[in-house]
Amino acid sequence: MHDSRDSITIALAGNPNSGKTTLFNQMTGHRQHVGNYPGVTVEKKDGFCRHKGSAIHVVDLPGAYSLTARSPEELAARNFLFDEPPDVIVDILDASNIERNLYLYTQLLELNIPLVIALNMSDMAKSRGIEFDLKKLSQLIGAPIIPTVAHKGRGVDELLDAVVSTAKQEGEYKPAPINLGRDIEKEIEKIQKLIVAENTLPAKYNPRWASIKLLENDPEIWGIVSSPDLRTAVNQSVARIEQVFGDHPEIVIADQRYGVISGACQEAIRLTVEARHTYSDKIDEVLTNRILGVPIFLLLMYVVFQFTFTFGAYPVTWLENGFLLLGNFLRSLAPNQADNILFSLIVDGIIGGVGGVVVFVPNIFLLFLAIAILEDSGYMARAAFNMDRFMHKIGLHGKSFIPMLIGFGCSVPAIMATRTLENRRDRFTTMLVIPLMSCGARLPIYTLIIPAFFPLAWQAPLLWIIYLIGVLLAIGGARLLRATLLKGDNDPFIMELPPYRLPTWKGISIHVFERTWMYLKKAGTIILAISVVIWALMYFPVKEEFDRDYEAESAQAEALFLDGLKHIHSIVDMEVSFEQFRDELEDHGGKSEIHHDESMQAFQEILHDIRNARDSFNQTIQQENIQEKSLDFVHMERMLDSTLMEIERRSPLLYSAAIQYLDELKKPFEEKRREIERSKHAEKLSYSMAGRIGRGMEPALKPLGFDWRIGTALLGAFAAKEVFVAQLGIVFSLGESEEHSDALRAQLRREYTPLTAFCIMLFCLIAMPCMATIAATRLESGSWKWALLQLVGLTAFGYGVTFIVFQTGRLFGLGI
Amino acid sequence: MMANHPESILQEEIIPLSLVETGRSVRLAFINGGRELRSRLADMGLVPGMELRVIRNTGGPFIIAVKNSRLALGRGMAQKILVR
Repeated sequence: MHDSRDSITIALAGNPNSGKTTLFNQMTGHRQHVGNYPGVTVEKKDGFCRHKGSAIHVVDLPGAYSLTARSPEELAARNFLFDEPPDVIVDILDASNIERNLYLYTQLLELNIPLVIALNMSDMAKSRGIEFDLKKLSQLIGAPIIPTVAHKGRGVDELLDAVVSTAKQEGEYKPAPINLGRDIEKEIEKIQKLIVAENTLPAKYNPRWASIKLLENDPEIWGIVSSPDLRTAVNQSVARIEQVFGDHPEIVIADQRYGVISGACQEAIRLTVEARHTYSDKIDEVLTNRILGVPIFLLLMYVVFQFTFTFGAYPVTWLENGFLLLGNFLRSLAPNQADNILFSLIVDGIIGGVGGVVVFVPNIFLLFLAIAILEDSGYMARAAFNMDRFMHKIGLHGKSFIPMLIGFGCSVPAIMATRTLENRRDRFTTMLVIPLMSCGARLPIYTLIIPAFFPLAWQAPLLWIIYLIGVLLAIGGARLLRATLLKGDNDPFIMELPPYRLPTWKGISIHVFERTWMYLKKAGTIILAISVVIWALMYFPVKEEFDRDYEAESAQAEALFLDGLKHIHSIVDMEVSFEQFRDELEDHGGKSEIHHDESMQAFQEILHDIRNARDSFNQTIQQENIQEKSLDFVHMERMLDSTLMEIERRSPLLYSAAIQYLDELKKPFEEKRREIERSKHAEKLSYSMAGRIGRGMEPALKPLGFDWRIGTALLGAFAAKEVFVAQLGIVFSLGESEEHSDALRAQLRREYTPLTAFCIMLFCLIAMPCMATIAATRLESGSWKWALLQLVGLTAFGYGVTFIVFQTGRLFGLGI
Repeated sequence: MMANHPESILQEEIIPLSLVETGRSVRLAFINGGRELRSRLADMGLVPGMELRVIRNTGGPFIIAVKNSRLALGRGMAQKILVR
């Protein structure tokens, strides 16, 4: 089938938990590629390895119990085997669980593709008292069997030897499919003959396999049968089988297959004791205990959450600071950066946007590390079971719980974590409602608004209520989706519980790096593009003519400042020239070049001490949350006064000059400069597309109690939720840093009612998931359709809810 | 031999799996469900005649052993599986 005899393609098949992925990792190491099977969202993994001069292309098929068309995974695996038949299929069997694992093998035998069996975890089976007569077993089932211990890398060379020699075997491959019993074989033969005679089925399906699938009522194969004769013949055969056996053909065939397997195993395997599960069963008695199971799970989840977000906070801060430094460094390169489009694009658009997403990499890394450990150890199956009773009631799977919990931290890793859900309906439902779990980036919005509008006693309960609303809406949304778009029966809950195992470093590291890399790749593509678009919306059109003459204003302020400084210089009456005095105070010239003057040094020291005393006063007030006019506050004030008095005693003249400099000169000048900067920024933003869109949206936002300024800030929130706060600061021409948030709160209080404030929080909670979320949904669902549905659906939903709340509130005069 | 043992008479009766005590072994008789469900269960080894051992039936997940592997079932599912 392949042109080059030196290049071999093999497919790895096997049940879930058979060690398939471990073996794949052993074979290919990090030379892997993850993609999707055409048209479906099933993950396709492939990789390369070399073995004794042969290049081997390894495809890791999704884990499956069978080759029916029932799940997208099984269908994808099956289609791959027909569309791009590999040279060899390696079927991985868990040696301790060989009878059930061989069931898939009996179906692979019917595909007409050479097979090699990897009898995995053979060491464990042996130590548990299972003895194999490999030669006999190989004869009975008709394929070479190589014992392997995948997680230790044992047997991989021998397996590849067998693969290469099987692939290079001369002559036609003649498999011996298992005999399904006289009655069924008779029917298969009839149908097979008809298929060959009619020749209407695609040539890739071998006739025997197609016949069996038709008997088994396989919807995929039935769908391509157009011949009425064939349909009638199959229906007659089905009826005959049902009459003879009293059951549907697929059950009878399954029964026959198990029978043959059982026979072969009885001849070739000796089971002395069944012990593998004893330790696992003991652990399960605790971890899935009726009373302890759920609390242990919740505790573990708490640990995972803390691990991800508390541990991750440090590297996240480093990255944030790194991006800040990078931005400032680039800014310093361009002297006239304010008017430089390229610099604005790079610094504000790309570094701001992509950097804002890349900073979450440590969280993603730690989270997937925790998930990989939970999964590889076998706990995840138990966790799903523990939560299933509760999650079932809201139409979700037990495994949905973990992604939803992660959603409280950040929607992006949460959406990526839905990969653990096998069922497509469960997965998409979970993915779509995850943004309703209030993520960490929304917290700054709440902490800005709640203290501005609500009394202290209400603040904590209100925050809790906002989170609760999110959870309740997520539950409602999930039920709604399961009743409409993603309708379908719940999968019957049956799950294999793999024995607990110690995870291997190799397996975990491959898993974690793969996920982290995918996240980074996304930041480099979709998020980069959206960041540039949002930046452009805020930047263009550029305002050339401003309402105020900012340049003249800042020149005026500068002149005023210098005049004041001259005056102070004359008061202190020192030897240093005014230029030196200015440079040293304003930190202009290099300090070492200035010769030291005693009175200058004393003045500097006094300035420094006053600043220190005031800073430490403010810091204490803030840190200990001391209320103004409280006893503690008065006490602190007295302490500050006495410190200042002591400084004054050193030199009353210099002290009064220093106070004058700080309070009457420096402070107003700085404030003026900031005000000019902000007003200019606000004018620019209001003039930009974003500002215009904000204004344009105003009629639509009015019924929610919002004005154009909130609209513009909401546009910024699409880039990242926390941008809302900064953006609001800009439109109100206030600063965006922490010290100004009180000013912003005061401004908000003047402009809006508590009802509007509540509606802002509600809208930010429900509507417009951030672009990173949309990008993650696009990536994980495999299509823009779901991503757009999430964006539009949640926004419409958020609009509706906020509308109702605002209008009802107004009607009843609540919070106006 | 069966007739001598009072419990073996009980075993011949068909009962739902959910009523089988922890530690007992039974044989699957019939699955009370649609074609789809039955075929899915067959893939996991649950075909008529298969020997099942109840590992746990004391609240929480219902765990059975099928051919040396562990399957966890929902309680509703355990009711649909009839055994003898």
